[in-house]
Amino acid sequence: MTEPIIQIRNVTKRFGNMVAVDNISLDIVAGEFFVMLGPSGCGKTTLLRMIAGFELPTEGHILIDGQDMAGVPPNKRPVNMVFQSYAVFPHMSVLDNVGYGLKIAGTAKSEIAGRVAEALELVKLDGLGGRMPDQLSGGQRQRVALARSLVMRPKVLLLDEPLSALDAKLRAQMQFELAELQDKVGITFVTVTHDQDEALSMATRIGVINKGHVAQLAKPADLYEYPANRFVADFIGSVNIFEGKLTVDEPERAVVDSAEVGKIYINHGVTGPHEADVWAAIRPEKMILFRPGAEVVQDAPEGHNLAHGTIKGMSYLGDCTHYEVELDNGRMVRVSRSNLSRFDQDAFTWDEKVSISWHASSAVILLA
Amino acid sequence: MSWLTRKPIAPLEYNKRLWMRSWMGAVTFFLYAPLLVLFVFSFNDSKANVVWRGFTFKYYGKVFSNDSLMSALGNSLTIAFLATLASLVLGALAAVMLWRFRFPFKAGVEGAMSLPIVVPEICMGVAMLMFFAAIGWPTDLPWPLSLSAITIAHISFCFPFVTMVVRARLSSFNREEEEAAKDLGATEWQAFRDVLIPHMKPGLIAGALLAFTLSLDDFVITFFTSGPNTTTFPVKVYSMVRFSVTPEVNAVSSLLILLTIILTAIALKMQDISGETGTHP
Repeated sequence: MTEPIIQIRNVTKRFGNMVAVDNISLDIVAGEFFVMLGPSGCGKTTLLRMIAGFELPTEGHILIDGQDMAGVPPNKRPVNMVFQSYAVFPHMSVLDNVGYGLKIAGTAKSEIAGRVAEALELVKLDGLGGRMPDQLSGGQRQRVALARSLVMRPKVLLLDEPLSALDAKLRAQMQFELAELQDKVGITFVTVTHDQDEALSMATRIGVINKGHVAQLAKPADLYEYPANRFVADFIGSVNIFEGKLTVDEPERAVVDSAEVGKIYINHGVTGPHEADVWAAIRPEKMILFRPGAEVVQDAPEGHNLAHGTIKGMSYLGDCTHYEVELDNGRMVRVSRSNLSRFDQDAFTWDEKVSISWHASSAVILLA
Repeated sequence: MSWLTRKPIAPLEYNKRLWMRSWMGAVTFFLYAPLLVLFVFSFNDSKANVVWRGFTFKYYGKVFSNDSLMSALGNSLTIAFLATLASLVLGALAAVMLWRFRFPFKAGVEGAMSLPIVVPEICMGVAMLMFFAAIGWPTDLPWPLSLSAITIAHISFCFPFVTMVVRARLSSFNREEEEAAKDLGATEWQAFRDVLIPHMKPGLIAGALLAFTLSLDDFVITFFTSGPNTTTFPVKVYSMVRFSVTPEVNAVSSLLILLTIILTAIALKMQDISGETGTHP
């Protein structure tokens, strides 16, 4: 299972002076649900289109199943793509859409019928084969596009922003269904998205792409809890990043001295040069909000993380509330607090003086 | 007086106003009264065609038994058919080229291609006459080759219209559909045949009907390029009028108008369809 099905070797793509993909090397393993995540214009779609064969790399090579794809046109590649607009053929019925690829390949009619029915069942569209695309909802059209690709039994299925056009509820459902489908058919999925929730919930592995480079390659949980750099920390979820100097760095503890928030105590060592400029990233949900003077558990031998400020903004999101806290030195910090009770007696409110603390394991030290 | 007091109307509902209605009526009358007169007098039982002398169908019968008129009609239909076919292929290919590719002097090519639409017909006619005389195009060919000069002239002013209509249709094409076809294994030609042509179809039909009607009733350019034995229907009607305006001319004209209206209506209907199914999210 560790055989790479797609090998991207030093691929660069330039459009005129603009570098869309800058010397990316990447292996995608068979059976993975790989998600390329990044802001718009980061080069992720270009990379996907190069795998499909619609764009040619300016430099570098792409190998699919060990075979160099240079000079292989899209119609000869063992991959299929689900387009962002779905690109369902509007003048063909659902059956004809799904059977198109097989018909082109010269498959026997009886076999086409069987495989199309099977594919439609897989995407839960059985019974709608006679419909025309304009009689389908957006979600159903997407399923047609999915079935049309899956019926070809590709080595890799490419999906370009597959859920961007669906409404929130349907999107959540499709995220789940796509992951389930991938599990069932065992085909390698490569998806492109700018939506971090989508990436985190579906992927077995994520490649975060920024300005044509791979910013980090990791499993979803690692990406969130162990971001490699400030871009990833900031792009995935929300985060408070404090700039500071690494003043203590021992095997079991470290201290970052930050002008923005004071001393940040960490209960593990950091591999970084002493006195180097570093950034400490702390997620809002890992910070605790309490009224000044209220007791906090003092269980940290390496020091106690504490800051004081005033609540300047609140946004109630149902399951939790985000607080924007202005520290005494003017720095804004975001803290999130779960709404555990329906009758929150000690809810915080605007302009209230509060203290913030966090555990010594919460801060992630970033060197870049 | 109550009809003088203005009733309140909803915004932009000017068609409820008397002055607007009178104006619309006047415009309609101005446009259609001559045609109506022509049509009514095609049933006039009189040679002189000025005074109404009773109803008859006999001039329609005369039209169909007039051999030279019928052969002119045959010429016209043949020319229109051939010119439409050629314009359709040329026009559609030009539209695809202009839509898909970027090349030097594209704007210039595009402008030059639509020149026949804007150049005055009389100039086109004279130019065609000079051109065919200059290259010594033979005039004594047997039918249907004798129609070649007119047909070529008609193609040159018909195909830009096809290009225009088809190109408008192409602008609503989702290129991902073509990529999807290729992704599923289709070659360039298969993708063109299975995805692009079905999308262009309403535009192709509308363009073809437009070209057909333009060719069928063209007089000026045809007049300059037709030889003695290659009279077309409009040219023949013109020569009939020079002797006298009989109800026969009216009958012929009514038939021509009817044919043109039907074809134009179909063309418009097709354009509507192409507008409706234009974009898919």
